[in-house]
Amino acid sequence: MTDTTMDSVSTLFRPGTSDKEIEAAALKAIAARKRTVLFWQVTILVAIVAIWEIGARTGFIDPFFYASPSAIGSRLYEWATEGTTEGSLWYNLGVTMEEALIGFFTGSIAGIVVGVGLGQNKLLSDILSVYIKAINSIPRVVLAPIFIMIMGLGLASKVALAFIMVFFVVFANAFQGVREADRDMIANARILGASDWKVTREVIIPSAMSWIFASLHVSFSFAIIGAIVGEFVGARYGIGQLISIAKGTFDAAGMFAAIVLVMVVTLVAEYLMTLVENRLAKWRPQQSLDTH
Amino acid sequence: MSDRQTAPAPAPAIELINITRRFVSPTGKSLTAIRDFNMTVERGEFVAVVGPTGCGKSTTLNLVTGLAKPSAGEVRLMGAPVNGIDPRVGFAFQKDALFPWKNVIENVMAGPLFRGRTKAEAEKMAKDWLARVGLSKFLHHYPHQLSGGMRKRVSLAQTFINEPEILLMDEPFSALDVQTRTVMHEELLKLWAERQASVVFVTHDLEEAVALADKVYVLTAGPATVKSVYTIDLPRPRVVSEIRYEQGFIDYCKTIWEDLRQEVETSYRRASEAA
Repeated sequence: MTDTTMDSVSTLFRPGTSDKEIEAAALKAIAARKRTVLFWQVTILVAIVAIWEIGARTGFIDPFFYASPSAIGSRLYEWATEGTTEGSLWYNLGVTMEEALIGFFTGSIAGIVVGVGLGQNKLLSDILSVYIKAINSIPRVVLAPIFIMIMGLGLASKVALAFIMVFFVVFANAFQGVREADRDMIANARILGASDWKVTREVIIPSAMSWIFASLHVSFSFAIIGAIVGEFVGARYGIGQLISIAKGTFDAAGMFAAIVLVMVVTLVAEYLMTLVENRLAKWRPQQSLDTH
Repeated sequence: MSDRQTAPAPAPAIELINITRRFVSPTGKSLTAIRDFNMTVERGEFVAVVGPTGCGKSTTLNLVTGLAKPSAGEVRLMGAPVNGIDPRVGFAFQKDALFPWKNVIENVMAGPLFRGRTKAEAEKMAKDWLARVGLSKFLHHYPHQLSGGMRKRVSLAQTFINEPEILLMDEPFSALDVQTRTVMHEELLKLWAERQASVVFVTHDLEEAVALADKVYVLTAGPATVKSVYTIDLPRPRVVSEIRYEQGFIDYCKTIWEDLRQEVETSYRRASEAA
């Protein structure tokens, strides 16, 4: 990415062009490129929405099944202003977020702790690896009915599902991250005088951190999946419940509206997570920073 | 040679007595890395160890740190047997083992902090050492922002800040370009002269060994054992960039190389037979 911008700038300059001019031109080229990217991003979105809307109005796309952007928009507006059949939209969104966030935080903390612990204990991880593989091979969503049976329709069953979805992803990454920690770096810390705990805290965890963060990005959407699937299977409130009701009444616009809502929430969470990661990982060479 | 205070023999800094070190693979095959190995490093002495690649040079250093234990024989530091990691030991690694998530000063502060100094003390010491290696302007840079030579200097400061009495170096400069390496040799000798630590410097570069050391140990092709020991009687302080043109230096290199070459050839022959 940066290479191409460099290339496009460094091409034709007359001899005698000052560094300032070259830099100014480079900045201009970078800004121009950013604008081009943004322009096409917006254009594609507008085009898709427009085609969808026009298709729905002309009958080319069946609005009964596929709704239309305007119908989705007005449904969202209606939900936001008048509330849904299950009470206020914000309350429902809040329920889902609460389930997802609790599951996400507990799941990732447990995943990190267990991953880092087992990663450092070869014997224990050899013994447990077969069970971990076995449990990991269960498709997580099949646990939803069981959790609901055990813990009921409320918060706990959804949190449990979100937790289990997040836990294994984070655990696997933390474990691998610990295993990949540089031998020399650990030896160096030990010789410099670090205790076992200091080695774990100051060498092993930081070096596993980029692995862990990679998993946190996916696992937030996993937490949302866990919460929503839990709500599908049985709940009184929540976005999943809204989708489920919309399905029951053949309300395509309602289903799409819920999807849009979840999409926005997940994107915001992803953005926040990238901010946090960039702060924590300021020591890394700048390459993964511009994910947007 | 520098005038060391060889008063009625305090125990040598390092003694390796009849050391054997075997590795056993998970399939049960054993490999002897070093066998019947004897080495003595006096206090304040600079010893270089040369030998063919893969002969077990690094293994000897690991035994001295206490990170590895000998299968037979005894390792003694300052007259006492090694038991775990010794706080008097410093280690310079081949590739740099800096912590990439810590900036320069935090990396150098790591040692004192690990050893229970306060933050203020550690910071003061770190600044002092970074000034000595000429990096005062780079305190808040991260390792990836530095050149290879600068990173090496940070590593040296990181190691020296603990004021090790015994300094083990495992081909520390092999990844550097020739000019930088010469500069680093000068800095190492300067720091060593100030501190009078006992040094074991493992390298595959014979000229480097002769230029720096008081004694050069030549090891045999694996399993490593000491083939011969040469005392390098070149005057100190030495200027590494110029010493290589002196006749004495050239003679030492020639003699030792003759000795070393047979081992290198043996090592290559075995490698090609194994392939």
